Amino acid sequence: MIGQSPLRTVIAHAVLILGILIVAFPIYYTFVASTQTLQTILRPPLPLLPGDQFWNNYTEALFGGVGRIGGVSVGRLLLNTTVMALGIAVGKIFISILSAYAIVFFRFPLRMTFFWLIFITLMLPVEVRILPTYKVMVDLGMIDTYAGLIIPLIASATATLLFRQFFMTIPGELVEAARVDGAGPWRFFFDILLPLSRTNIAALFVILFIYGWTQYLWPLLVTNSSNMNTIVIALRKMVSFADADTQWHLVMVTAMLAIVPPILVVVLMQRWFVRGLVDSEK
Amino acid sequence: MATVDLKDVKKVYPSGFEAVKGVSIAVPDKELCVLVGPSGCGKSTLLRMIAGLETISSGTVAIDGKIVNLIGPTERDIAMVFQNYALYPHMKVYDNMAYGLRNRGTPKDEIDSRVRATAKILELSALLDRRPRELSGGQRQRVAMGRAIVRNPRVFLFDEPLSNLDAKLRGQMRVEIKNLQRSLGVTSVYVTHDQLEAMTLADILVVMNAGLVEQMGAPLDVYERPASTFVASFIGAPPMNLLALTEGASGAALADGTAIAFAPREARAATLGFRPEDADVTFNAEAPSGALVLPALVEAVEPVGAESFLHCAAGGNRIVVRVAGRATATVGNQLRVVAKAEKLHWFDQAGKRVG
Repeated sequence: MIGQSPLRTVIAHAVLILGILIVAFPIYYTFVASTQTLQTILRPPLPLLPGDQFWNNYTEALFGGVGRIGGVSVGRLLLNTTVMALGIAVGKIFISILSAYAIVFFRFPLRMTFFWLIFITLMLPVEVRILPTYKVMVDLGMIDTYAGLIIPLIASATATLLFRQFFMTIPGELVEAARVDGAGPWRFFFDILLPLSRTNIAALFVILFIYGWTQYLWPLLVTNSSNMNTIVIALRKMVSFADADTQWHLVMVTAMLAIVPPILVVVLMQRWFVRGLVDSEK
Repeated sequence: MATVDLKDVKKVYPSGFEAVKGVSIAVPDKELCVLVGPSGCGKSTLLRMIAGLETISSGTVAIDGKIVNLIGPTERDIAMVFQNYALYPHMKVYDNMAYGLRNRGTPKDEIDSRVRATAKILELSALLDRRPRELSGGQRQRVAMGRAIVRNPRVFLFDEPLSNLDAKLRGQMRVEIKNLQRSLGVTSVYVTHDQLEAMTLADILVVMNAGLVEQMGAPLDVYERPASTFVASFIGAPPMNLLALTEGASGAALADGTAIAFAPREARAATLGFRPEDADVTFNAEAPSGALVLPALVEAVEPVGAESFLHCAAGGNRIVVRVAGRATATVGNQLRVVAKAEKLHWFDQAGKRVG
């Protein structure tokens, strides 16, 4: 801290507390709503303190199956979303680290062409290529499958570029030392490159997991059966009818549950995440 | 037990740049060959070609009589110490040293005994569990050495291994490398741009310039009989004084017309040189016979302690003279620089030695 006078401390704290309130209050209010009965929620104003329906609401959402979304339990939705988010995050990292490895450490014909092709795909997000992609998925019979949810989103120019930038900071001498030490391309990749990329991988994993978790448009298209819905789609479906019909208490519970896994990932990987963003541990 | 033989080795980059223009060197078994030269002279490229990290455009590299041009670095059975050490940052010292052995499928207990024995030689035993970033520069340097030694290779290759150390440590490590190399008896090739390192370490000194070998031989021979003005000015600190000669009214003269009292050893000599320590200064007006005498003006005095260097203007050139102990001359003094005739070096128009 630069200023140590009490006034400055007070102001600094006030600003920070205000920021936290703005960010945290809606989440808190959702939590409050998730512990009330439907009647309480529909009769404003909503109390500021949690109600007594916590246990009932959460068990009903997790195990009861919510009528509005085709009798699928929140547990199933969480599983679907987790599989998809993990698949996207792991798949993106796997593919991009290998592509970056090839582009940075090997000399082959059309190397730069491939690099630019990957680079250009930055201009082609899912939304732009959604119709042809959907057609391909239908032809391959991948509608309502995890593969259909994951594979079209798995190529990542951004992650490839990030890994490329990182690999280019690895000194040539290190590569040569490994060659002299008898490490072939695979050995070098697994024994040296992968351990050195840990923090980058962790940071990317957090970002990509959340990216996968919050996917909306593509899962909406590629899943027809409620059984394959992700939690974001399900939430949307739950509120799609007249206000009185919507089981707001369960919507709130689902919303609360939907943000738990991303929070867990961020909290558990925070140390790695920050280190990955800040330094490259040389 | 290994010799290293280079025969007319050339390196041409795809851009057309010729980094090494035909170099032949034979390093006998157990000897340490130092490649020295200014940056860009091709010495590192040559070393990397011996290591197998760089392809050879033409010529042959043979280790122990066997041509290794097409063999990868792993199979050449060489170990290399890099300028920036190139330690694996995520591995402990122990694993850094063991990595090469593991890749060769050495049994675990043998790896352990070899790593520990090597660590003992290099006084690294207490540091085996540390990571490279927790070590000082000198310790990292030792680990890099250990990684090479533990493999017990046929040839050691050093690529300016001391250039990142401070002067004091460099001096220590220089002695240590020399002792290690001698006691292990491993044939070595050592690249440096530091002529002091080159002089003290080498069994065979190879001075390179612009992709070619300028001179090759025992360090003191090279020092005493430099084959060209380039070698003369590169080896020795401060370098040899070189004075261009012109045709004066009465025989040879210096650039500003100062006549030389005697004829050059060779008529075609275009440059004469003498080492700073082979000259003396005197305030006496009478010139001793059979010596080069130059009237000089002292421009700077560098007292080093055991010796002093006088920087003088003489005959249109700047020359340096070493005097033992403290210099009696001070800046602005007019004096005479005297160099004995037998200590003079003569070079022709192309810079080649002629006597």
